Amino acid sequence: MDIDLITNILYAMIRTGTPLLIVALGEMVCEKSGVLNLGQEGMMLMGAVAGFIATWLTGNLFFGFLMAIVAGVLMSQLFAMIALGLNANQVATGLALTIFGTGLSAFIGSGFVGNPIEGLDVIAIPFLSEIPVIGKMLFAQDLIVYLSFVLFGVIFWFFRSSRTGLIVKAVGENPHAANAIGLPVMRTRYLAVAFGGAMAGLAGGYLSLAYTPLWAENMTSGRGWIALALVVFASWRTERILLGAYLFGLASILHLVAQGLGFAVSPNLLAMLPYIATVLVLVMMSRNQGQSKMYAPISLGKPFHAGT
Amino acid sequence: MFLKLVPRAEHSRKMAYLSPLLAGVLTLITGGVFFYLQGHDPFFALKTMLYTPISDTYGLAELCVKTTPILLCAIGLAIVFKAQVWNIGAEGQLLIGGLAASALAVNIIEVEAAWAMPAVMLAGIAGGALWALLAAWLKTHFNANEILTTIMFNYIALNLLIFSVHGPLKDPDGYNFPESAMFGDASLLPILVEDTRVHAGILFALLAVVIIWVLLARSFIGFQIKVLGLDASAARLAGFKDKKLVWITMLISGGLAGLAGAGEVAGPIGQLVPQISPGYGYAAIIVAFLGRLHPVGILFASLLMALIYMGGEMAQIELNMPLAITGLFQGMLLFYLLACDVLIGYKIKFPWSGMDTVTSRAEQH
Repeated sequence: MDIDLITNILYAMIRTGTPLLIVALGEMVCEKSGVLNLGQEGMMLMGAVAGFIATWLTGNLFFGFLMAIVAGVLMSQLFAMIALGLNANQVATGLALTIFGTGLSAFIGSGFVGNPIEGLDVIAIPFLSEIPVIGKMLFAQDLIVYLSFVLFGVIFWFFRSSRTGLIVKAVGENPHAANAIGLPVMRTRYLAVAFGGAMAGLAGGYLSLAYTPLWAENMTSGRGWIALALVVFASWRTERILLGAYLFGLASILHLVAQGLGFAVSPNLLAMLPYIATVLVLVMMSRNQGQSKMYAPISLGKPFHAGT
Repeated sequence: MFLKLVPRAEHSRKMAYLSPLLAGVLTLITGGVFFYLQGHDPFFALKTMLYTPISDTYGLAELCVKTTPILLCAIGLAIVFKAQVWNIGAEGQLLIGGLAASALAVNIIEVEAAWAMPAVMLAGIAGGALWALLAAWLKTHFNANEILTTIMFNYIALNLLIFSVHGPLKDPDGYNFPESAMFGDASLLPILVEDTRVHAGILFALLAVVIIWVLLARSFIGFQIKVLGLDASAARLAGFKDKKLVWITMLISGGLAGLAGAGEVAGPIGQLVPQISPGYGYAAIIVAFLGRLHPVGILFASLLMALIYMGGEMAQIELNMPLAITGLFQGMLLFYLLACDVLIGYKIKFPWSGMDTVTSRAEQH
């Protein structure tokens, strides 16, 4: 294996891991507030299609990303209305969001399949991107990758040092106690869900505007679900989400590695790897029930009624 | 908020039955508005989607064909969901069932004996059941969340299927198309009604409805499943083996989904192709909820879901709509259902209706 191959694999690993990182960070914030939103896949798809159409119509990538985020937030509020506003089962509502988002995005996007757009450009940072091996991986990426680094830093700080982060955690651990000391439980949860939606929308937009860049039905191919598993893998810790996202990124591009090394394996078999990796990781992390319970927000998935 | 939810003293049975109907009506209205916004006459469009496909005998026969896999998957989901085991993997179990059935069928093309078809069906059942048991095992032994594992197994199953039709199961004389050879006649499900595609699979599905109904309503194991679903700790306290119940429910649900897959490849399709299911396994989740996890309810909900599939195709042909309209209607239906289900446990209090909270609670019986 030569240096160029390693450099390119690391570069692709970050690119492939970025959408996972963004969704998983959003979902982690949402889960920290005690809400389990299984609709990530649906929100991502809506973000992807909205972003793509907005860019196709206006030619403006920035506007496209904005619309992707808006679409994600709108979808998340549909979930919030039913799961939080009406106290419906969060698992079923999240599933519904994914089924609905899959259908709606395929419907809206059906006239746009195969249309080409100019994707997001790479911005190489002078000098830094020249560093061998890691230069291309860290400093010759597009804006959203850089943004994902920033988002990671902000969320890391948010839960480690900020007061608002503490409120989110309190609401997710014990909403009744949080309510008793006057913290706005429902508002916090709505906002956390909205943030998760914005991140899922952005990640979807990244796929259709930068990663591929095109729109295809069901183009997220399970990334929203993998992100949900990633949060479990990370035991709800920000730094481990980063690690997990890039590991899964690597698993998704193993066909490149295999080609580079001259192995001839069926691409269909290699395409299974990220999903198999997800199952293995889930098994490893969940095996020790006590430990996984220790890290999960205690009130995750449980509806909250003030005054009960 | 301008609406207030007032908890009911007791869950309303009436609402549990009315909610799916209400959700259906709301979906129709939203669908009508949606067609209107797209520049179609809403009444004509809805009629095209929901009546035209079944306005003749051929259409009714096709309804049976499409209902079969949905019903088989959904009836299995009824039993797992009753136990609060979230098997989202009916789609993957269906695909593996179809794959396993095909793997046997292409090897017995020459066989003309009567055992061929039952053997192919059994292969499908075994494939689907094993695929589901894998998730059950990971749940009971490693505590891995079955929602995520079954979803992952769906993607793995799809890739396995695609790999197989491109590789080991590809028809050697098939001009390199990703398809298996056509199955032998003895492996195919017999046609029930001449000049249609209605095959014996519908009988299996109806039989499954009856068996699951009896199992849930009359058997001790059905009772245990229901208790486990309502209160897991009570079930454990009563000495029910919860892990065994997870295995049994997953086995049944996976087996039925596998049978659905076998019924598709050995029924209307007649060979293994890359696309053997337009998301029947996912649609079955909606059907199970819509049918209130009750076998009879699921039978009706399956017919409706099959009609939505046919309606989507009809809307594509007649109204020039994208086929994805099927998924849109499915998603809407499920969302409305979840929203309407709130009425089972709560009363909605409008700001203009006075202070009747206390009386409304007392009215409950």
